[in-house]
Amino acid sequence: MEKITNNQTGAIGEEAVIQFLSSRNAEIVGRNWRIREGEIDIIALASGGVFSFVEVKTRRTAAFGHPLESINPEKAYRMQRLALAWLATHGCFGCDYQIDAAAVLLSADGSYSIDYRENIV
Amino acid sequence: MSLAQAKSVALLGLDGHVVNVEVDIADGLPGYSLLGLPDAALSESRDRVRSAIVNCAEIWPNRKVTVSLSPAWLPKSGSSFDLAICITLLSAHQTIPVERIESVVFLGELSLDGHIRPVRGVLPSLIAAFKAGIHTAVVPAANAQEAQLMQSMTIIPMEHLRDVLLWLRTGERDSVEKIELKWESTDSRLDFADVAGQSAARLAAEIAAIGGHHILLIGPPGAGKTMIAERIPTIMPALSIEQAIEVTAVHSIAGTFLQRSPVSLLAPIISPHHTTTRVAMVGGGSHVIKPGACSLAHNGVLFIDEAPECASGVLDSLRQPLESGSITIARSIGNLTFPAQFLLVLAANPCPCGKFTGRGRNCTCTAQQVRRYLGKLSGPMMDRIDLRVQVEPVGRIDMAKNELGESSQVIRARVIRARQIAGERFAGMGWSLNSQIPARALRSIFQPEKAAMNFLHDELDRETITARGLHKIIRTAWSFADLHENKVPTMDDVLAAHTMRGKIQA
Repeated sequence: MEKITNNQTGAIGEEAVIQFLSSRNAEIVGRNWRIREGEIDIIALASGGVFSFVEVKTRRTAAFGHPLESINPEKAYRMQRLALAWLATHGCFGCDYQIDAAAVLLSADGSYSIDYRENIV
Repeated sequence: MSLAQAKSVALLGLDGHVVNVEVDIADGLPGYSLLGLPDAALSESRDRVRSAIVNCAEIWPNRKVTVSLSPAWLPKSGSSFDLAICITLLSAHQTIPVERIESVVFLGELSLDGHIRPVRGVLPSLIAAFKAGIHTAVVPAANAQEAQLMQSMTIIPMEHLRDVLLWLRTGERDSVEKIELKWESTDSRLDFADVAGQSAARLAAEIAAIGGHHILLIGPPGAGKTMIAERIPTIMPALSIEQAIEVTAVHSIAGTFLQRSPVSLLAPIISPHHTTTRVAMVGGGSHVIKPGACSLAHNGVLFIDEAPECASGVLDSLRQPLESGSITIARSIGNLTFPAQFLLVLAANPCPCGKFTGRGRNCTCTAQQVRRYLGKLSGPMMDRIDLRVQVEPVGRIDMAKNELGESSQVIRARVIRARQIAGERFAGMGWSLNSQIPARALRSIFQPEKAAMNFLHDELDRETITARGLHKIIRTAWSFADLHENKVPTMDDVLAAHTMRGKIQA
C-alpha cells in the first residue's frame, strides 16, 4: 500500500473544508493563494458579502495536541497581512473580511471531523 | 459563551482581599490569558492547572480561555489560586454545577497529577473570607490544622482535585470527623532546671516574664546567657486563644510551620543571627512583603544574641515597634501593618574578647575597645531596656551542686499568679502588663509607697536617673510587687527595680 504523504493529507483536509463551506452556501473564490510572505489555504465569500480567509490544519492523530494550537499569535497576524494583500490585489480593499481556522481530524477509515473556528484574530 | 466564577483570597501582608476568579471560554484559537496583575508563580498556574485537569481525566477546553482575577488593580502573587482557577474553568466548561461553587472559597496549589499542595497564609485568607460573608472553604489537607482555627467556618480539607470534583458534583465526601482543636502548650525540651546558679539572671527573667520588661544579659561566653534567654518562653503563661491565632496568622504568611506548630499556645521565640539585615528584622520585600523577625516574635520573645555585633541601625530599627507594638512597612504596592508586641531579650559579651568580668585580668581588650563595645547599644535603645543583668561565670559551688535549680513549671506558676494580680488591678483599663502602664497613670494611681517615692525623687535630684528612668523603675517595681504579692511596691521592690536597671550606660 502506498504511504499517504503529508501533502496529500493536507489536500484531503482542504477538500473536506471546501465541502463544509459550500454546504454553508459560501462561494469559494480562491485556493492555495501564495505570495512570498506565505500562503492562504482557502478564500471564501459568504452570502453576506464577508470574505473568509481560512487556515486548514489536518491531522491523522490527536497525539500531538489540538491542531489549532500550532497557530500562534505570530502566525495569526501573518494571516491577517496575507488577507489584506489578497484583498488589495483583487480590487476588494476595504471589504469586510475575517480570518478563520479549521481543524480536520482524519480517521483511518476515511471519515473526518471538522472543528471550524471563525474570527480567530 | 460559557462563563463561571468562584472565589479565592489575595493577601497583602495580613490583610486578605476576596478575589473573584472569572473564567470565560470563547470561540477562537486555543489559548489562555490570565488577567489581574499576576506575578511569576501565579502566571505559571496555567501549566499546573492544565496538567492537573488532563491527568484527572477531565477535558481541557481547546478554546480561548480568559481568566480574570478581580479586583484587577490588586497585585496577586503565589500559587494559592490554582485550585480556584481550575474549579472555575471546569465550571465554565459546564462540567460542574455553577451554583455549588458560588459561596465557597478555594485555596490551594495544584501538582501536575492533581494533588492539592499546602500554601502560605491560609489562616489570614480564611479570616478575610469570613469577614466577607463566606462560610465554607476548601483548603489543602496539609493546612487543615491551621484552617481549623476558624471554628466559625465550615472547613473542607481536600487531598486531591478528584475529591473536590466528586464533592462538587455529588455532594459526597470522605466524612472527616471534626478534628478536635488540641492546643499544644508545653515544650519539654527546655527547662530552667538546666541552668546552673545565676540567681540574679533567673530573677530578672522571671520579672521580665511577669511584666513584659525588656532585658539585657551581659556576661562572658559560656556563662549561660543563651541558655537563660532560650528558656524565657517556658516560664511565660500560655497564650490566650486570640493571641495564639494572631501568632499563627503571622507565621502562616511567613511559612514557618516547620519550626512551629499552628496550634501551639507556647509563646514563640525568634532568635535572628546578629548579621541579620534591617529588612529581615522588621519585615519587607519588594512585591511579596513578608513579616520580619520582630513580627514573628509577636506575643513572644525576640532574642538577639551578641547584640553589639549587629550592624548599626539593625537594633535601632526595633525602636519604633518597641514603642507602638506594631510595625508599618511602606512599599510601592502599599502600606502594611504587622503586629510586633514582643519581649526583647538582648545578650552581649562585656567586651570584644569576652573576658572583661570580675577583675578582668584575662581581658586583652584596650580600655577604649571595652568602652566602645557596649556603646554600640545606642542610648535610646538602652533606655527602653528595664532589666540589665550581669551574668557572672558559673563558680565551682553552683556547678558541683547535685540538686537542680527551680524548674520552669514552678517559676511559671509564680508568673501566672503575678500576672493574674496585675490583670485584676488593670481590669478595664486597656492594658494588662506592668510595662504598659502609661505615665499619667503612674503619677496618679500607681505610685509606690511614700518612702520609696522619696528615695526615687532623691535620685532624680542627684541626676542619677532621668524622669523617664523613674517611670521605668516604678513599672518594674510593680512587677516585683506582684511577684511578692504586695499591694503597692515597697521600698524593697523599688530598690530591686532600681538595681536591676543598673548603671550600665551607653
